[in-house]
Amino acid sequence: MHPRKSLTLALAGLMLATASALAQPTEIRIGVALEPPALDPTAGAAEAIDVVVYQNIFEGLVRIDQTGAVQPGLAESWTISQDGLTYTFTLHEGVTFHDGTSFDAEDVKFTFDRLLAEGSVNAQKALYEPISDVTVVDPTTVEFTLSRPDGLFLFNLGRGDAVIVAPESADNNGAEPIGTGPFAFVQWDRGSRVVLEQFGPYWGDKPALTKATYLFIGDTATMTNALLAGDVDGTNNFAPEALAVFEGNPQFKVLVGSTEGETILSTNNAKAPFDNLLVRQAMAHALDRQEVIDGATYGYGVPIGTHFAPHHPYYLDLTSTYPHDVEKAKALLAEAGYPDGFSATLKLPPVAYARLSGQIIASQFAEAGIELELINMEWAQWLEDVFANKDFDLTIISHVEPFDIGIYANPDYYFGYDNAEVQSLNDQLNATTDEAERLALAQQIQTIITQDAVNGYLFELAQTGVWNGKLDGMWQNAPVEGVVLRDIHWVE
Amino acid sequence: MGVPCPMTLYLLRRFAGFVVTMFVAALVIFFLLDLLPGDPARFILGINATPEAVAALRAQMGLDAPVHQRFIQWVLDMVRGDFGLSHTQGLPVAQLIAERMAVTLPLSIFAMIVSVAVGLPVGILAAMRRGKATDTALMILVQIGVAIPNFWFGMLLTLLFSVTLHWLPTGGFVPWHEDPVAALRSLILPGLALALPQASILARVMRTALVDVTEQDFIRTARAKGLTKAEAVWRHGVRNAMLPILTILGLQFAYLIAGTIIVENVFYLPGLGRLIFTAISERDLVLVGGATIVLVLATTVTMLIVDLCYALVDPRLRGRGA
Repeated sequence: MHPRKSLTLALAGLMLATASALAQPTEIRIGVALEPPALDPTAGAAEAIDVVVYQNIFEGLVRIDQTGAVQPGLAESWTISQDGLTYTFTLHEGVTFHDGTSFDAEDVKFTFDRLLAEGSVNAQKALYEPISDVTVVDPTTVEFTLSRPDGLFLFNLGRGDAVIVAPESADNNGAEPIGTGPFAFVQWDRGSRVVLEQFGPYWGDKPALTKATYLFIGDTATMTNALLAGDVDGTNNFAPEALAVFEGNPQFKVLVGSTEGETILSTNNAKAPFDNLLVRQAMAHALDRQEVIDGATYGYGVPIGTHFAPHHPYYLDLTSTYPHDVEKAKALLAEAGYPDGFSATLKLPPVAYARLSGQIIASQFAEAGIELELINMEWAQWLEDVFANKDFDLTIISHVEPFDIGIYANPDYYFGYDNAEVQSLNDQLNATTDEAERLALAQQIQTIITQDAVNGYLFELAQTGVWNGKLDGMWQNAPVEGVVLRDIHWVE
Repeated sequence: MGVPCPMTLYLLRRFAGFVVTMFVAALVIFFLLDLLPGDPARFILGINATPEAVAALRAQMGLDAPVHQRFIQWVLDMVRGDFGLSHTQGLPVAQLIAERMAVTLPLSIFAMIVSVAVGLPVGILAAMRRGKATDTALMILVQIGVAIPNFWFGMLLTLLFSVTLHWLPTGGFVPWHEDPVAALRSLILPGLALALPQASILARVMRTALVDVTEQDFIRTARAKGLTKAEAVWRHGVRNAMLPILTILGLQFAYLIAGTIIVENVFYLPGLGRLIFTAISERDLVLVGGATIVLVLATTVTMLIVDLCYALVDPRLRGRGA
């Protein structure tokens, strides 16, 4: 019998058994709003993919823990050369993929050759471009050579985009993911759920859960009912407007934490009148950040004054650089040659925080004389218009990549900010591995982009999870995208 | 060579109309999808992808060929039964649609049965008690049934039967082969939610049609022959009132297959409506095109069957050949 089939049959039997015996304490049903389009984290950007597979089905050489720190993963240890250009990883022995094939240094080389190949469709390929060569030293030793030092190299290795895949199964991972993680893929009923089961021969510590089911529930009211009825045991990110139902209910745990999502009023710096610093400063003064946070995130967002996550040690609090001051905004506009203000468009992607923030900002800007026309868009259209073609005045978007201040050093990036000083500082930041120096450089960049009012800095998106009160071990913060099952367990 | 009989001609004409409808539908669907703004490859790879990665994916998805070539290829493939591969899921579109049909079809049929089982008797009863208190009460209920949006009714059902009583699941779907009873249980609430407005419409139409028929001479003749009112309505009235009912049933069934999207969302059911909705937002144009064609096919076939049923119910139509 085919192993997959016997697994499915065993599972079917298990489910029949558990349907009658109530509340098995080793299984979990997690509700998530979005269904992943496929299950291969190395061939798509959708967060929904990582939510299911990251650190559950797939593992990287290193892994990110819930504080955002880098921990050993498939590599038990590593050494870095003096010049920061050579990383030598020692791999765990006795690791197998879920289909029974064994894991060794060749799989690592295969993974990165595939990621960096000509026809690669990895969504974060650019992050790994410093890698110039991957060499197999022996089956448990692999050496990475970089073309330039990269302070974020280890962190990037821990992302879902760099998980290790096997040549035997890589092409089929979208439909039937085969990794080395503590949970193996069992089935995907499209439109409904994905089922994972604990992988018996897992090389590391066994997780407490034996089975996890992800249910795709897009509607907030439905999710509320499913949680209340006990049809799902939790969700990692719940609509903030409905959290009140669960707060103060002892049967539930509400976990409010941070994410890596800097939500900004992105401004087309290459286009008039936004190429004028005075205009951007006027807009910064016209913004009432707290009002946006209260209205668009029900108070759960954390204010930011620059493009950096507030929980990061490098973060600099610049929220008071341009305080809310309508008169100042009008004066700056007049000085810039727009005494009667101007009108512009604000293109909004289909996410609640953007649509709500857009309405609030439009009314705040109107007070200062800036008339905004709100244009609602679907994701695909937004990506093409705003992101690829740079055909926009303003937009609102959360930049969810960790440590992504480097986008300000790319003049071709969609918001079109071109500043030679920032570009040079960013090069230094990339090339430095000394922590103190890195901190100083990162804060210098933060200060410059804030003073330049490149974009309107609004808030850091919160992660608002709702879980059954008897569950423990969930991540409160989301330093990377994912719902890591490893430590989740039932108490009592 | 003899003149073909009217029935054959009727069928031939119907079939030609069917082919033309399908072709025009394919044309409209393809070019409308092609006009949609948004690059599917960019959508999949997100905002940090390099232009080379996006170009590689576009080529892999076959999006770099000229538009007329892609259209001809698409139609030819579909005629051969090949609906192509979904961009986002990498699976055959036909398989994805078939999987969803395993939910949508039983759900539609269940809703249809409930709707007929409730709607027709209510309509007949109201017609026979025309002008009396029963009629008024039933018609008020029916009016409410038409006015309540099905998704909202669904939420109310969930609150009562799932959240409060814990009798039925709030949603989701267990595949038939895994647990048929659980599968059936998960269709009960959405089925009822879908059936309520349909049953209400059916009841109204049934009542009106029957009232019209009972005013006809042949009913009076039947009464004169000594039949009771109920017998006359039952034997002669109901059959004659079936024509408008058939039309409505055909429309309703087509609507149920294509239009359950909101109810599917409320009950997180993996049905066809949700598949199309997701596919549109993800710019999975192959999937949207294939699924839409299947819907057009289902609607056209339903209408064809309804037309044939007319001929069965009303012998007068058979002779006319039109």
